[in-house]
Amino acid sequence: MSETMTGAEMVIRALQDQGVEHVFGYPGGAVLPIYDALFHQENVRHVLVRHEQGAVHAAEGYARSSGKPGVVLVTSGPGATNAITGLADAMMDSIPLVCITGQVPTHLIGSDAFQECDTVGITRHCTKHNYLVKSIEDLPRILHEAFYVAQNGRPGPVVVDLPKDIQFKAGTYVRPTNNQHKTYRPTVKGDMDHIRAAIELMANAKRPVFYTGGGVINSGPHASALLRELVQLTGFPITSTLMGLGAYPASDKQWLGMLGMHGTYEANLAMHECDVMINIGARFDDRITGRLDAFSPYSKRIHVDIDPSSINKTVKVDIPIVGDCAHVLDDLVRLWRQGARQADKVELKEWWNKIEGWRARNCLAYKNSKETIKPQYAIQRLYELTKDRAPYVTTEVGQHQMWAAQYFKFEDPNHWMTSGGHGTMGYGLPAAVGAQLAHPDALVIDIAGEASIQMMLQEMSTALQYNLPIKVFILNNEYMGMVRQWQELLHGGRYSQSYSESLPDFVKLAEAYGGVGIRCDNPAELDAKIMEMITVNRPVIFDCIVDKTENCFPMIPSGKAHNEMLLNDYLGETGADIGSVIDEKGKMLV
Amino acid sequence: MLQMKTHYPDAHRVEPVNRHTLAVVVDNEPGVLARIAGLFSGRGYNIESLTVTETEHEAHISRITIVTTGTDSIIQQIKSQLERLVPVHRVVDLTMTGEAVERELCLVKVVGKGDHRVEAMRLASAFGARTLDATLTSFVYELTGTTDEVERFIKLMTAVGLVEVSRTGVAAMARGAEGIL
Repeated sequence: MSETMTGAEMVIRALQDQGVEHVFGYPGGAVLPIYDALFHQENVRHVLVRHEQGAVHAAEGYARSSGKPGVVLVTSGPGATNAITGLADAMMDSIPLVCITGQVPTHLIGSDAFQECDTVGITRHCTKHNYLVKSIEDLPRILHEAFYVAQNGRPGPVVVDLPKDIQFKAGTYVRPTNNQHKTYRPTVKGDMDHIRAAIELMANAKRPVFYTGGGVINSGPHASALLRELVQLTGFPITSTLMGLGAYPASDKQWLGMLGMHGTYEANLAMHECDVMINIGARFDDRITGRLDAFSPYSKRIHVDIDPSSINKTVKVDIPIVGDCAHVLDDLVRLWRQGARQADKVELKEWWNKIEGWRARNCLAYKNSKETIKPQYAIQRLYELTKDRAPYVTTEVGQHQMWAAQYFKFEDPNHWMTSGGHGTMGYGLPAAVGAQLAHPDALVIDIAGEASIQMMLQEMSTALQYNLPIKVFILNNEYMGMVRQWQELLHGGRYSQSYSESLPDFVKLAEAYGGVGIRCDNPAELDAKIMEMITVNRPVIFDCIVDKTENCFPMIPSGKAHNEMLLNDYLGETGADIGSVIDEKGKMLV
Repeated sequence: MLQMKTHYPDAHRVEPVNRHTLAVVVDNEPGVLARIAGLFSGRGYNIESLTVTETEHEAHISRITIVTTGTDSIIQQIKSQLERLVPVHRVVDLTMTGEAVERELCLVKVVGKGDHRVEAMRLASAFGARTLDATLTSFVYELTGTTDEVERFIKLMTAVGLVEVSRTGVAAMARGAEGIL
């Protein structure tokens, strides 16, 4: 089973043996041997990006939309440091990635050689694990281990730093085995006593709510199916974090919408007033909890998480269950069925009545216009006109991202790719490239802002090179909208540096790249132009000129609790000063 | 709504900070210490002392003894965060497993003549310190003891001409017949 080959050939062979079909990368001096090995085979397809950060985001989009690990190949020094933002993003959002970085030859390490940097030192804090390969004997094991570590337990990015001399050296390649890692063996099966206690708590709940997150998506489509089964069996309401959208169908009546800072009124109030919270694969992020000491003050909490360090990190829970979401959900569904359990129907009915009262506030309502396109309206139309095609949607970061999360309804997991934890502007376009490669025939849309899109705009060129008909849908309000919104709320409307000066002509820009440019500033023409965008089988930049002053509501201001939400009608139509809503302590928070 | 009772205690209550000694068994691979030290600095935890050497040469396993302080929930977080590092085999909170035996070694250089020199010798003998080096004007003493003993010894020696201290940090082990490996 073993063969002699060079280190560079081992890299390619290991990728093949791991079932890798696409590698996102950019060549350079310290990875030339690997690029040469790539040249001699056809199983692994290399996708040439235009910036290493784009390679990592593309790999993230690929991973998140396909459930397979994303693979990145970059050179030493600037190649590695350019990849850092992407790695940190994948770390925060638990995306399985293997990133192979070239390194100067071992005898030059530490000498400040050309394009040398301490890649393992720099990436230690933004990867799940990293390796510096110092001998050819270690290489096959490390490559396979990297895939194991990236995918098992809480997924994350793994860096393999490979000096150039090792790439040239000959050694014995060993194929991957099914052997477990010698120390890293995450718990996947939940503790049955705790699961039974959770069932008991759920069955006796009066005001229960499911709060689910990206862990359900990471656990695979089976976890989403089990979640749907459990939610429907229990009849409980369900909300989800930004990262968890799509695990439960947004069209279902038990769905409350997203929760958190820009979550719905009904989801946040349900969290505030619930007596039993069932957290499955979410981590009590500060965007979710708001003011911690006022977070869900009446609830007993169940927390299912594969990462023990997520449990009791910021929010104390009553029943921790360490395990993989699909495994634990399987046990929960089985035990709930076996015991024919049912929460008190009268109490549950009353709880639902209360929730329906909150829902009736219609918190996502906005004042539409016939003159200007409201950003919310643009997303709603985009959703209505594309929903039959089950599109894959990526986003950049900012207001457009929140509007996408609020107004685009996701029915299935793995269709929504966004930078949640790290909040990386520039994520969406390369992520769309990755998602389109994983799903060549699908409709892939990057919902963007005119500021974010310019951070990774060069990846349009990648989309063109590989004939990837991605649709970049820019909500162009000529502002870094979320920055402007916070400046309005916190800094007296002093819009310091948040105006997007000197914008390019996005239509001409699309054409310059060889794509299609479409502009729309008239609500009456929006539908037709969106249809035009969908119909054309080429990369499109859609410059959607929207209302410049629209804010993203509902909003839980910093330092406030779930029941202190600001709603859209709070401002009335005059845009009154609401700077006083946030206190001094809140202003310090992000 | 406001009449509902929360079952959580006052969130503002101040939790006591305790000192814990953790034994961390790790693969002795390059960068493992940086990983652990980086975890503490990156997440804002304290390290009071840290002792590390390879303890099983064939298996390349090191034992790191970390003395840290924090509230119970911080200590629990530290343990969980350590456990999720890939090269970490085990984390044992020796403070929780009962009274562990804790020792540290210090070397102390004292310089002086006359009464100071005599007093330094008396103190060293009272603490049971070994004399490792002597000149007509100086001594190097070795003392092994608990952190408190070492602190007391150093404080007293300061008064009689202490010029240099070198300490190892704590090595610790649980009492009883059971091993942690």
